[in-house]
Amino acid sequence: MSAVVTGPRSIPLRESPVLRITPPARWWVLPFGELWEYRGLLYFFIWRDIKVRYKQTAIGIAWVVLQPLLTTGVFTLFFGRLAKLPSQGLPYPIFYFAALVPWTYFSGALQNATNIVVENQHVITKVYFPRLILPLSAVLSGLMDFAIGFFVLVGMTLGYKMRPGVAVLWLPVMLLLAIATALGVGLWSSALNALYRDVRYVMPFLIQFWLFASPVAYPTSLVPKPWRWLYGLNPMAGVIDGFRWALTGHGQPPGPLLLASASAVLVTFLGGLFFFQRMEGTVADRV
Amino acid sequence: MTTVVIHGEGLGKSYHRGALQHSSLLRDHLTRLLKSPLSVFRRPKDETFWALKDVFIEVCEGEVLGIIGRNGAGKTTLLKILSRITRPTTGWAEIHGRVGSLLEVGTGFHPELTGRENTYLSGAILGMGKREIDRKFDEIVAFADLEKFIDTPVKHYSSGMYVRLAFAVAAHLEPEILLVDEVLAVGDINFQKKCLGKMGDVARAGRTVVLVSHQLNQIRRLCHRVVWIDAGSIRKDGPTHEVVSAYESAMARDKGNGEQQERGASIVARFLSWEISKSNGEGSHTLDNHEPVTVKFTLDVKQPIKIGHYGVALRNYEQQVIWAWATQPLRLGTGEVQLCHTFPMLPLRPGPYTWLAALYDEGDLVDSWDCVPEMIVATEIYQHPQEEWKGILNIPSDFRVDGRGSGCS
Repeated sequence: MSAVVTGPRSIPLRESPVLRITPPARWWVLPFGELWEYRGLLYFFIWRDIKVRYKQTAIGIAWVVLQPLLTTGVFTLFFGRLAKLPSQGLPYPIFYFAALVPWTYFSGALQNATNIVVENQHVITKVYFPRLILPLSAVLSGLMDFAIGFFVLVGMTLGYKMRPGVAVLWLPVMLLLAIATALGVGLWSSALNALYRDVRYVMPFLIQFWLFASPVAYPTSLVPKPWRWLYGLNPMAGVIDGFRWALTGHGQPPGPLLLASASAVLVTFLGGLFFFQRMEGTVADRV
Repeated sequence: MTTVVIHGEGLGKSYHRGALQHSSLLRDHLTRLLKSPLSVFRRPKDETFWALKDVFIEVCEGEVLGIIGRNGAGKTTLLKILSRITRPTTGWAEIHGRVGSLLEVGTGFHPELTGRENTYLSGAILGMGKREIDRKFDEIVAFADLEKFIDTPVKHYSSGMYVRLAFAVAAHLEPEILLVDEVLAVGDINFQKKCLGKMGDVARAGRTVVLVSHQLNQIRRLCHRVVWIDAGSIRKDGPTHEVVSAYESAMARDKGNGEQQERGASIVARFLSWEISKSNGEGSHTLDNHEPVTVKFTLDVKQPIKIGHYGVALRNYEQQVIWAWATQPLRLGTGEVQLCHTFPMLPLRPGPYTWLAALYDEGDLVDSWDCVPEMIVATEIYQHPQEEWKGILNIPSDFRVDGRGSGCS
C-alpha cells in the first residue's frame, strides 16, 4: 500500500549535507571519512573504558603493573629456575617481562574487543555511530596500561645496567603490529560474539593457547628450524621476538619471520574489516 | 516549510521469524545440524515478517511530525531506519542536515561515572562535540537542578535525579533534525512539562522533529502533521487533528474485534466514557500524583439490570493485568450511571495503561470496553534508576536505618 502524500512533490530538497540510507550493500566501502567525523566519540569511549576499569578496584592502576610482574615471577620460577629454559642470555626477569608487557596488552585488548559489541548492545540499539569505533576503542584504551608497563620495563632494564641501542626505533613498529593483530582478530571475534555468544567462552582458551604458541615463556630458538615459517604466521611471534630484541639487543633481529607475521596480520585485518562491516548492518537487529 | 529534509521511498524492513527467535548459541545450530544434516542446504522455511512495508515519508524543514500507531505497528522500526540504527531491507531515504536521535533517556550512562562524566559521555554518544558540551554544561546542570551532586557517581543518585540529568542532556541536543521515540513517557509531570517546553523551543527555532508517541495529547500539542502507521504501512497521513481522531475512533472500534461486535449490538447497557475525577470537578486521563484518586466509568443503562456483575481491570503496556476486581450482584436502573472507584493511591510505574470495564447481566455479557483513551501515569519516580530493576510498582517508602552508630549520611 502506498502512502498518501500531503505536500506537493515538487518542493525542492534542502542542500547538503546529504545522508543516504539504503539497504546493506553487497560489497563494502570503508567509512574512513565517517570514522574521522566520529573521532570525538572514539575519544570518549576510550576515556570511559579507562575511567571505569579502575574505578571499582581497590588498588586501581597498580594492577596494570602487578599483573605482568606476578606472571614474570611465576615464569621465572617455573620455566626459568625449574625447567631451565634458555633465555637468549638475558636475566630471566627481563626475558619474561619484556615479552609479558606486549603480551598482556595484546591479550587484554583482544578480550576487550571481543566483548565490546555485546557489552554495548544497549547503546547500539538506541543510537547510530560507526560500529567500528567500538573494537577500535577497546584496542586503543589498552595502550594506557601498556605505557605504564613499558615504563616499568625500561626501569628494569636500566636496573640491570642495560643500555638500549638504535634498535629501540623498532619498538613503535612492534607495537603497531601488536595493535593491528589485536584489532584484526578482535574485529572477527567481536562480530562473531554478537552472533554466537559461545565466542565469549572460547576466547580465554584461545588466548591461553596463543600464549604458548608465542615466544613468551621460551625463545623462538626452541622451535625446530623447518617449522619456523609456520610459527611466523603467528603475528605475536614476530611481535614478541622483535620487542625483546629491540629493547635488549638480544635474540634475532626482525627478519623473514616478521615479514610472515606482518602479512598474516594484514590478511586477518582486512578480512576482519570486511566481516565486521557485513555484521554491522544487522547487528542492531541481532544483539 | 518550504524544503524537504527527510525523503524516504519504498522503505521496508523484514525479519526472518528465525532471526526473531534467534538463538545466539552455536550449540543450537549444531544440534539442528546433527538432527538433519541436509538442513544446511535447505533454506529455512520462508517465514519472513515485514515490520515495515513500502513506506513513503517526507518531512519538511521546521515541521514537527508525529508518528502514531498501535504496538508493533512499525513506528519504532521506521524511526530506527531514519536514525540509521538499522538498515532498511528495501527502499531508500535521504536526509538533509545533522540528525540527532533520542530513542531512550540516558543512553550510554554508566553507573560508576559521576554526573559530570556521564553528561559528557551521554552527550558525545547523542552526537554533541566536546566543545558543544563544554558550552552547554552549566545550562544542562541547572536544567537538571543537580549542581550539588554533579560530581557524585550516578549510582548514588535517586531515580528522579538520574532521569532529570539524562533528560537535561537530551534536551540540550541541538541537531537540525531530531528523531524522538516515546522518551517523554517517563519522568514526573512537572519535569515532563519542562522538557516539552524545551522541545517546543526546538520546534519553534525551525528545527525539524519526528516524534513517536503513544500519548495522543502530547502529539496533539506538539505536532503539525501526523502519520498513522498500521501493520507496517502508512494508514493515514495528514493534519494532526484529522489523523488523531481517525486513529482514536478506529481504536475504539476495532479493539478486540469479536467482543466489540457484541458491544455494538448491546441494547441493554453501554459504557460511554471514563475519567480520573479531580477534586475540582475536572476530568482527566493523566495520573500525576500519589494522592487518593477516583476513577469513574460512565455507563448508559437502557434496560434495567437486576443481577448485574460489573468487573474492572487495569492492564499495562504489555497487556499484563495489574489489578482486577468484580462486584457483588448489582441492581441498575435506566439512565446514566457512574461507577466510581476511589483508591488510596495508584502506585504504578509511569507509562500508558488501559482500563477494561465489563458488565454482565445474569451471566450474559452486556458490554465489555477497552477504555479509550489510555491512562497515562506521569507520577514522580521512586524506582531504581537502572532499567533491569524497574519493577511494576512505583511506591514511595519511608526509609530509615536502625542501629547504634548507623544512619543515613
